[in-house]
Amino acid sequence: MPLAALKLKSVEFRREREASWAELEQLVGRVEKRGVRALAAAELARLPVLYRATLSSLSVARAISLDRNVIDYLESLTARAYFCVYGVKRHLRDAAADFFLRRFPAAVRGLRYHLAMAALVLLLGALVGFFLVQQDENRFYSFVSDDYANGRGPTASTEELKEPLYHQESVAETLSAFATFLFTHNAKIGILAFALGFIAGVPALILLFTNGLILGAFAALYAQRGLSLDFWAWILPHGITELSAVVFCGAAGLAIGQSLLFPGERTRLGNLQKRGRVAGQLVLGAVLMFFVAGLIEGIFRQSVMSIPVRYSVAAATLCAWIAYFAWTARLARRERA
Amino acid sequence: MSARAAKAIPYDARERLLARKDSGARVDVLTPEGVPIQFTIAHSGDRANAFLIDFLILVVVTLGLVFLTFWATGVAFTGSWLGAFTMLVWFLLWNFYFMFFELRWQGATPGKRLVGLRVIDRHGGPLSADAVIVRNLTRDVEFFMPMQMLLSAELVSSSSPGWARLGGILWLLVLAFLPVFNKQRLRVGDIVAGTIVVLAPKAVLLQDQSAHAVAPLPGFAPAGRMRFEFSDAALDIYGIYELQVLEDVLRKGEDGTPEGYLAMDAVCEKIQRKIGWDIIASGRVDAGSFLRDFYAALRARLEHKMLLGERKEDKYSVKK
Repeated sequence: MPLAALKLKSVEFRREREASWAELEQLVGRVEKRGVRALAAAELARLPVLYRATLSSLSVARAISLDRNVIDYLESLTARAYFCVYGVKRHLRDAAADFFLRRFPAAVRGLRYHLAMAALVLLLGALVGFFLVQQDENRFYSFVSDDYANGRGPTASTEELKEPLYHQESVAETLSAFATFLFTHNAKIGILAFALGFIAGVPALILLFTNGLILGAFAALYAQRGLSLDFWAWILPHGITELSAVVFCGAAGLAIGQSLLFPGERTRLGNLQKRGRVAGQLVLGAVLMFFVAGLIEGIFRQSVMSIPVRYSVAAATLCAWIAYFAWTARLARRERA
Repeated sequence: MSARAAKAIPYDARERLLARKDSGARVDVLTPEGVPIQFTIAHSGDRANAFLIDFLILVVVTLGLVFLTFWATGVAFTGSWLGAFTMLVWFLLWNFYFMFFELRWQGATPGKRLVGLRVIDRHGGPLSADAVIVRNLTRDVEFFMPMQMLLSAELVSSSSPGWARLGGILWLLVLAFLPVFNKQRLRVGDIVAGTIVVLAPKAVLLQDQSAHAVAPLPGFAPAGRMRFEFSDAALDIYGIYELQVLEDVLRKGEDGTPEGYLAMDAVCEKIQRKIGWDIIASGRVDAGSFLRDFYAALRARLEHKMLLGERKEDKYSVKK
């Protein structure tokens, strides 16, 4: 004798909805393989509709069905569709514009106190380095490593000291100077200052201070030979950009350290995330600034020998950065209003 | 009461279910629609594999570039166009490779894609560019720096390379292995950026194991029939956990492997004994159809109860 059929709402539910799941799966599969552009306009319009329908299927299935495969399947399908619907890929150009016009300047404004403190520490380092070396030239070696000094030092003659300031290079040489700049100089150290920020910001402070010491030591060395004017004309055209970038990285490290040491009203972890993202923007912007500084050092500075031109370029970079941050700040104010 | 206590649930049924499934911990991510979706947190082994693949790609590409430069320019690396270009590409590769791909491919690098991993926002929002930037800026400190200390200790500290090496090892142990030591498998970058790495979801919709027991909709092929009938008392013994184990057993049995058949036979015998099935009256039964019928009947019963608000997690749970 045949038995009566069972009543299983979950089976009927699956039979009714299955077709729309399959449709969504097919669309999602294509997007995963070839991007959103693989879909026609009509299909693109269906995607969010099907996603929401499947999401509601998932809620229903969780409430009424005990078929684990169906729940697993819906779970995974909605997750994949969720990536397609909410992970909208922006054009790289839009993302870059957004970064330079809004996010980076906003990060700079948001961390202005940290920036001020970082600049102060750098300046302090420079002053300490300057006065210590001025009193005793041999202290130069305690602050600057032999590799970095590269023959420049108290024992070098004035001519030897002057030579690198007016060194002529071929184009290929300047290019590799640019490349080595990126490696040996501060881009790397800048990233480090940020990444090590979670050790209470101490590495950031050390980085800023030692950078200041080196700068101060060199300045004192050249000052004693009466080459101050030449030295600053050599440093400042790229130095304004580079030192700002160092300060930015240091400020980012300080912000991270602060969020861990003094979390305020939030939890340490929540605070770290909020601060970390802002600080990360600052570091990325700073790395790009190192790029600009490297370009100025590698290409421009080695081809222009006139001191007034060097100073006016330095002034121009300073004005350009001030104008950039002032203009973006005004843009932000206007957008808020 | 004491007998009950002795039999009391040794560990949470749900936890057992989760432990069985992909043997990975899960994380709920709340969608903007308000429905949480579950993801499986990636295993640290998979993470390491993905990273190794990416790392190899980087090494191979840089080595290729360097050899090309040597071959083209002799040994003069500095001062040549090609040398400068190579160094520039090197810098860009090692600093922006991960960032670039995670931005372009929505949270997956080539290595992650091969292994089947994905970076998502821990709190359910879309994966933002900020988060990707931050989680990859810290990579240097977590891996590349201590590796440098380890491999070229003489460069880091020429006077005491041994100490530098020891420092590198300690550093690696603490930071690079951080994901092994926390539940969500977060590395420093994930903590700062608010991200988490999960298995890229992929599940296939399989045949419903109880479809045969339900009257077909008009227009569908007629389904098979229930051959066995079970009393309510028999069906009230088991809970959801056992039901879903049975689902697994049935699906494995469908594969047609000898192990699958043996498992079905063993489970069939156990269930028959437990529910007091009259073996003499029914004679020898086919384990597959018996289990399928039992599964359908049990599921109908449990789902019906669930609709009425009573969710029986497993055979140990008591009616409240």
